[in-house]
Amino acid sequence: MSETDTYEAELVRAGARAEGRLARALFYARQYPLGAVGAVIMLVIVFAALFADVVAPQSPFSTNPALSLARPGSAHLMGADFMGRDIMSRVVHGARISLAVGIFSTLIGGFFGVLIGVASGYIGGWFDLVVQRITDIMQALPLLVLALVMSAALGPSLPNTIIAISIPLIPYVSRVIRANTLALREQAYVEAAHAIGLPEWRIALRHILPNTLAPLIVIATAQLGSTILTEASLSFLGLGVPEPHPSWGRMLSESAAEYMRTAPWLVIFPGLAISLAVFGTNMLGDALRDILDPRQRG
Amino acid sequence: MVEPVLAVSDLKKHYPVRRGLLRRHAGTVFAVDGVSFSIAPGETLGLVGESGCGKSTVARTVMRLVEPTSGTIRLDGTDITALGKTALRPYRRRMQIIFQDPFSSLNPRMTAGDIVREPITFHRLAAGKAADQRVAELFEQVGLRPGQMRLYPHQFSGGQRQRISIARALALDPALIVGDEPVSALDVSIQAQVINLMMDLQRAKGLSYLFIAHDLAVVEHIAHRVAVMYLGRIVEMAPKLELYRAPKHPYTQALLAAVPVPNPTLKRRRQVLDGDVPSPMNPPPGCTFHTRCPLAQAQCRAEIPALRNLGGNHVVACHLA
Repeated sequence: MSETDTYEAELVRAGARAEGRLARALFYARQYPLGAVGAVIMLVIVFAALFADVVAPQSPFSTNPALSLARPGSAHLMGADFMGRDIMSRVVHGARISLAVGIFSTLIGGFFGVLIGVASGYIGGWFDLVVQRITDIMQALPLLVLALVMSAALGPSLPNTIIAISIPLIPYVSRVIRANTLALREQAYVEAAHAIGLPEWRIALRHILPNTLAPLIVIATAQLGSTILTEASLSFLGLGVPEPHPSWGRMLSESAAEYMRTAPWLVIFPGLAISLAVFGTNMLGDALRDILDPRQRG
Repeated sequence: MVEPVLAVSDLKKHYPVRRGLLRRHAGTVFAVDGVSFSIAPGETLGLVGESGCGKSTVARTVMRLVEPTSGTIRLDGTDITALGKTALRPYRRRMQIIFQDPFSSLNPRMTAGDIVREPITFHRLAAGKAADQRVAELFEQVGLRPGQMRLYPHQFSGGQRQRISIARALALDPALIVGDEPVSALDVSIQAQVINLMMDLQRAKGLSYLFIAHDLAVVEHIAHRVAVMYLGRIVEMAPKLELYRAPKHPYTQALLAAVPVPNPTLKRRRQVLDGDVPSPMNPPPGCTFHTRCPLAQAQCRAEIPALRNLGGNHVVACHLA
């Protein structure tokens, strides 16, 4: 008993139980410096996305033939593209699209993936068998073909891009969550819950679901980065977010072949934005996983 | 005679073994093969045996966590063997279980208080402040501080976690607690604390225990009667003193001879069993113990010995006893 007392006291001294969210956030930032870096990057990107109209020096759509391929300078910090559009403004506005695609497709894919994964693993039997074979079929479909069919049927747009990206996420998430559920349902505390007489749905909800949180956060943050990349490749093929909306992926891919040598700033800045976003989500995700796990917490 | 809290008769649990793509029936594991016993109010029945002899399967079957193949389980005289989930729920309040592994028996994402509160609120025994009050009481009864209610399981030691498990089991105010090797994973000094706690609670609340262990010394301390299991069957069952003083079954004798005695100068005649426990998928014919029994005779290889009462509640399944 005294062991826990001193441990608690130690954490209080270290600031874990300090009043106020700021003190708490600072405590975690000291414990997870890389996570803090990730959090700062993500905050900057979220800020840019929310206040793009204020942050961006000019409209991302206004063209100016005189400024075509202008070098980065005081007037245009990141230069201009071949239509003379300010790249910085386009990168800032692009944060909106990338974040919307990343967050919403991860949320949709994660939600259905967890639902199917927990149900499949917990119910088991023939239900599991059928669901897993359907998952096999879904995983066998190439993402680009799926997106191609979807945009052909519905037309390329932001919501359709999000749906097209989230669907292939579902089987991936559900596989991981199912495997986790299979291990969790053999735990003695699940048996204890049965001994209490709890109904199955309540056991799944209270004793299984919360314990799948750790792998879910890892998947979600890793996927947040990769959905941004997927959106980039879809946009490159003309299946993603349509012109003239600034998408980091399309800005990068449109200019990569043609202007890499003559005007590298067309490639570097959107590329940097993508890299930072992916790096930021991964670092933040790793730290969040540790912080949200009560075993790691005071 | 007082009605037993728990009466188990001819309990069997057979697991089919299926192999191959077509899930052909390839054999049967006779995990529990005809076990009968009863436990009186306030009594502790110790159940001992080697790993894989079916002790834990008995515990899980009695708790209806595993469906029995045949036999009956009576709780307070009511046959609960065939009750459905909903019909069984009121009887869940009468019997609870404590598991061996203090690390996997508590949900790591619930606080200790929530773990103990869950059965109380689910069975609507109390709610809100009254439930908190009840949880605090239970914490005190098992030797924890109510202040520890908001801590998570990982912040407790193994012995403390087992106390939380006991508090969760007590939350429904049961008549019977099944302990599936509740102290086997603990340090010896902590074992003694937990066992003494269980004995104190028994005296205070008139609890009955089905106490499973593989350690005869532990059982000797807590049990009133002891049953010895071998390959899914009870081979000997007797009041504690009787069993330890005059074991009749050769297997019980061998188990007792294997208990270490903390006296290095004492010379003992060791009776070491050869070989391993036969596979429960393919138990030997006749007496299942004959393959390892030093006294085995022709009769033992052919005839299954029935449990005979030697008087004084001492039953044994051996042709030679």
